[in-house]
Amino acid sequence: MNSVVLTTVARLLVGVMLLFSLFLLWRGHNEPGGGFIGGLVAAAAFVVYTLATSPREARALLHADPGLVAVIGLAIATASGLLSALAGKAFLSGLWVFLGASETSKGLALGTPLIFDLGVYLAVVGGVAAMVLALEESES
Amino acid sequence: MSWLPVACLLTPLLTAVAVFGSPRNRKLRGLLSIGGAVVLLLLAIWQLMRVSSAGALVVQPGGWKAPFGITLVADNLAAMLVLATAAIAVAITSFALHDIDEFRAEAGFDGFVHVVLTGVVGAFLTGDVFNLYVWFEVMLIGSFALMTLGAGKRQLDGAVKYIALNLVSTVLMLTAIGLLHGLAGTLNLADLHQVMAARENDSLALVVGALFLVAFGIKAAIFPVFSWLPASYHTVPITVSALFAALMTKVGIYALLRIGTLVFGMELASAASLMMALAVLTLLMGVAGALAETSLRRLAAWQVMISVGFLLLGVALGTPAGLAAALFYFVHGMLAKAALLLIIGLGERVGMAERLAESGGVAQLKPWLAAAYLFTALSLAGIPPTAGFWAKLAFVEAGLGADAGTAGTVLIVALVVASLLGLLPLMRIWNEAFCKPSPAGFAPAAPGQVPIHTPSASIFALVSLVGVSALIGIWPTLLHSLAEAAAVGISTPAEYVQVVLGIKPEAGS
Repeated sequence: MNSVVLTTVARLLVGVMLLFSLFLLWRGHNEPGGGFIGGLVAAAAFVVYTLATSPREARALLHADPGLVAVIGLAIATASGLLSALAGKAFLSGLWVFLGASETSKGLALGTPLIFDLGVYLAVVGGVAAMVLALEESES
Repeated sequence: MSWLPVACLLTPLLTAVAVFGSPRNRKLRGLLSIGGAVVLLLLAIWQLMRVSSAGALVVQPGGWKAPFGITLVADNLAAMLVLATAAIAVAITSFALHDIDEFRAEAGFDGFVHVVLTGVVGAFLTGDVFNLYVWFEVMLIGSFALMTLGAGKRQLDGAVKYIALNLVSTVLMLTAIGLLHGLAGTLNLADLHQVMAARENDSLALVVGALFLVAFGIKAAIFPVFSWLPASYHTVPITVSALFAALMTKVGIYALLRIGTLVFGMELASAASLMMALAVLTLLMGVAGALAETSLRRLAAWQVMISVGFLLLGVALGTPAGLAAALFYFVHGMLAKAALLLIIGLGERVGMAERLAESGGVAQLKPWLAAAYLFTALSLAGIPPTAGFWAKLAFVEAGLGADAGTAGTVLIVALVVASLLGLLPLMRIWNEAFCKPSPAGFAPAAPGQVPIHTPSASIFALVSLVGVSALIGIWPTLLHSLAEAAAVGISTPAEYVQVVLGIKPEAGS
């Protein structure tokens, strides 16, 4: 798209949107948010960038093939569910590590659901990016 | 806690991941796909053996107990259908190896086949209505990709019809699920059974039931919402047609059966005459379509609709014997439909044209293909000693049962009429495509000329389908006892509910 306003703002906007998507991903840990919605926001950032520049530059931004990103995300999400087998628990059970836990506070809770969310995040970003790029590239 | 249902679900998913992540090599991807299907087959056999010896397997992923978590349940019915799906998967993926062109393979065709399989297996195994919707979506995403991949204009025309009607169905299903949740406050099937059993004569429940009937009816291509089926199956590669013909409509019937018996046990009984009418109309429409059709692949699509009609007959009868007959036919139909489509796929290389009138000479060029067709056609028509005969015998026995009543008579009449009329289009394919002299360009190989080669993987695919079908014909007892166990399981849901919710059976009852 040939618009000076869009191309100028896009550079700023894309960074803010990507940061916000990571914030949503992290926040989804205990509050509304998560990998899916975070992934969608990141994908929206990617779409803005594609419209403001060109599909070729958008591909360069992503560095990897979007389809591959989606597949890696799917693999990470599945693997996070299988980790619970090692602990002898049911499929997709959450396994947790509490960093710096004391008697009064739980500390920083890290667990397999975060890995699962990360997988979903990548799958959504990759999937949407692949679809948008396919549409944009077939147009030009 | 067993990992078997989880393993059955993850095998196609991980195979899809492996295919998409592997180098864009047609052979490598095809072999990965076949490997995944074989693993699924072995797991499914193991699962069915466990389920028939030790009862239903229940998995509560994440350790969230039902009804709060999403439960996976492998009961007799689910385990049997997962096995049938796996068997189809092995044949289809083997056939795809030589049927799918370079372009489609590089775009991830084999991966999307396994995405569809993940959805189908998930739909069979889930014990939660919303999760069922999610698996339908997974299946649809895969099937949309298969439908449009490498799309020429003609293929897109079929795909648009398929996608449009399926989206309508999905929206209706989602609406019904939303209403059901508002009504019952739960979406776990076993829990729903208990909640809904306490609400008799609830008109809102009837509305929800009707919405589900239309939604699954579209998926299953029931009269009068069947028009997408003959309009879309003939435009895609034959591997896709075979996969869809064997699995897609059957998942709709399965969902109808599962939700109908578990959630709407009461309402379904009062809707039995409506279901019977729909079954007969579906059957007659399928037969009429097949009789009037001049295009070979569309004729095969009408055959799929005929089998949906037969299945519905058993479901509408609703007696354990009727359900057992329907489930026997379910598996037989999957094998026979896939075999029929693969025969057409192979036949198109040696003289079958899209228009039946322009086909010919296949029997002369490939006698073994003619033999496979004759066997499959006899099985579809229900001539002894094929699997189709035993299926139809089971239907007649169910129709004569003391608990069948007038519905039983309707069933037998519809069955006989549809079987006799259904024989005509099958015989027409035999006369036109196999026995007539070859059309120009497909003349029988002159001495010294190289005959058209058929790859061994494709032959394996066809032989395995026809072989399993023949085994069922020779030894129907095994499948019959499995179908009976599954039918008893769904017509008396108390056991299912107990296993899922972890309730101890009361002493004495």
